[in-house]
Amino acid sequence: MSTLKTATKPAPDAAGNTGGRVLRYVDALKEAVEQEMERDDKVFVMGLDVDDHKALQGSTRGLLQKFGPDRIFTTPLAEDAMTGAAIGAAMAGLRPIHVHIRMDFLMLSMNQLINMAAKAHYMYGGNIKVPLVVRSIIGKSWGQGPQHSQGLYSTFMHFPGLKVVAPSNAHDAKGCMLSAIRDDNPVMFVEHRLLYPTEAYVPEEQFELPPGKSRVVMPGDDVTLVGISNMLVECLRGRELLADAGVSAEIIDPIWLSPLDTDTIVKSVKKTRRLIVVDNGWTMCGAGAEIAARVAEALGPEGKFQVERMGFAPTICPTSPSIEDQFYPNPARIAQAAHKMVRPKAGEWTPDPERAVLAYQRQFRGPF
Amino acid sequence: MPEADTQTIRRVYASLRLIRRFEEEVARIYPEDKIKSPVHLSIGQESVAVGVCDALNKDDLAGGTYRGHATYIAKGGDINGLMAELYGKDTGCTRGKGGSMHLCDIQNNVVGSSAVVGTTVPIALGYALALKREGKGRVIASFMGDGATEEGVFHESLNFAALKRLPVVFVLENNFFAIHTPIARRQAVPDAICERVQTYGIPAYRVTDADVFKIRNIMMDALPKMRRGEYGPIFIECHTYRWREHVGPANDYDSGYRSTDDLKPWVDNDQIPRVAAMLDPDERAAIDAQVEKDVAAAIAFAEKSPFPAAKELYTHVYA
Ligand SMILES: Cc1ncc(C[n+]2csc(CCOP(=O)(O)OP(=O)(O)O)c2C)c(N)n1
Repeated sequence: MSTLKTATKPAPDAAGNTGGRVLRYVDALKEAVEQEMERDDKVFVMGLDVDDHKALQGSTRGLLQKFGPDRIFTTPLAEDAMTGAAIGAAMAGLRPIHVHIRMDFLMLSMNQLINMAAKAHYMYGGNIKVPLVVRSIIGKSWGQGPQHSQGLYSTFMHFPGLKVVAPSNAHDAKGCMLSAIRDDNPVMFVEHRLLYPTEAYVPEEQFELPPGKSRVVMPGDDVTLVGISNMLVECLRGRELLADAGVSAEIIDPIWLSPLDTDTIVKSVKKTRRLIVVDNGWTMCGAGAEIAARVAEALGPEGKFQVERMGFAPTICPTSPSIEDQFYPNPARIAQAAHKMVRPKAGEWTPDPERAVLAYQRQFRGPF
Repeated sequence: MPEADTQTIRRVYASLRLIRRFEEEVARIYPEDKIKSPVHLSIGQESVAVGVCDALNKDDLAGGTYRGHATYIAKGGDINGLMAELYGKDTGCTRGKGGSMHLCDIQNNVVGSSAVVGTTVPIALGYALALKREGKGRVIASFMGDGATEEGVFHESLNFAALKRLPVVFVLENNFFAIHTPIARRQAVPDAICERVQTYGIPAYRVTDADVFKIRNIMMDALPKMRRGEYGPIFIECHTYRWREHVGPANDYDSGYRSTDDLKPWVDNDQIPRVAAMLDPDERAAIDAQVEKDVAAAIAFAEKSPFPAAKELYTHVYA
């Protein structure tokens, strides 16, 4: 893979990167898969509704026309068996991409993913590989409710043998997808529905974004904000609100959650001495807890720092918009938490409500 | 002609009509963004829920899927609570927490529905275990779509229900599609679901014309035997057709996966005008007027109800 460019520059527009052209997240995903399917005929896509006219919320648009029904096909509603079939195909040398429209449905695939995919290479003494990509989308808003809104990546981070990635922008979606497909291990590729229409500069050519490096998306001195998946976008907005109050936040995107690069985060916290991890899942045993613990371990006894985890409220996601709104961290709440940490004596501070509006979420209208 | 008395025809018509008008109103209101929740409408499929539920006693149970407005209404669920739930209001049947996909009204024996395909099928087994132990001859009707019959848990559940002779009526609403994918692209032998079910030792019935009275008669015939313990579970496959898009209020005949030609026989065979024609016109008009009143009242109730208070986010996580 030496011919491939490895992305080093920050990706989102906010970072000033202008390589490539502006692409939506959903189109970047599709482009990555399309280019890999062209390059390697072992790559194929399976999953409920990947080949209908809605093309899985647009993310598989045109692939059927281009590659035909042997290389992209829908399945029966049978997640357990279909996951096993995808794993078997990967063991046999193909490179399947198994797609789920909501991450919640992975609960039906757990036995195969955890007891087979994650362990096969090890328990078969290195004789078998499972080059599988499992795509799934986290839902949010418009009444997605208890069973269509869960961000379950920390569950998968628990298991050695699985890799987990949750790109937050179009650029990374493309690079990470390419790396995931070429990886010889099972990769849980976690997408977010509200990221689909977001745009970033994305190179036309293929490039890799493998595990190993978290990215400093925006520099800052007072506090380190680590945002996962869609929460990275919320952190960037929170940073703008903080800037109004003269607080400077450094924003870090871990990109790959397993394996996880904490060095970049540790370096930042050494400077700011303040860390807030904004998770797109529950905080209990969450990715944020893991990151906070690793930073504490790395800094050791001399490394005093303040830490806070933000994430889903410790309850179930309701459908009613009036309380669903309280379920998620948002830019205003992130900014308030950071402000309080940086200026504990300043008293209550609330960002300008006009500026705190979640414009891109306002645009989102259901049903899906 | 139906083997049904005037009383039954009246009841069946009122139920069919109420479901249809309720959902047509949901579809009308939807573009106003007052219902911020996915809605999976049963318009066109009403006869399955009504045929099954009209035969049940009030103290029997019923539950099903995210396409659940019809089951809820046919089983006697409170429609004010249903409409308020769609509006995300505190007075909704699940207090704004579950929305359209997770309806339940325990007072009226509507047990909860789920948005994960197939997940309520085994839940019905557990209810049935409890009903059997109770020994009062009560049964549970468990609704599912054709997609659910592909899940492993469906087959596991059939085996257990047959093994334990559980009082479950498995009701398959076979509308031939899972989202946009026709059943023939998902099942090798799509027209033999009943035959497969029979191999588990479960009596299986197939109704291909959505005739509400045929469905009801199967129930009326089997239920006494189930209540006496002579029958264990039964399975009824009802062919039907979803008139609107999979999720949302609109039609989707321009999207290419099906056509209005496919729809036409089902509209011609619509059970609502068919049953209406069996009624005296004045009687029919009276029922229609009552339905309009009830649906309007449900909308008014939903509109004026408050949203849940902020603290509701945290109530009911644990019992
Ligand atoms: C386990 C699971 N897999 C996938 C989905 C996504 N999904 C939602 S509805 C649906 C189609 C189900 O079709 P069917 O059971 O025939 O019911 P219908 O919608 O036709 O009433 C699918 C695949 C889901 N909700 N749950």
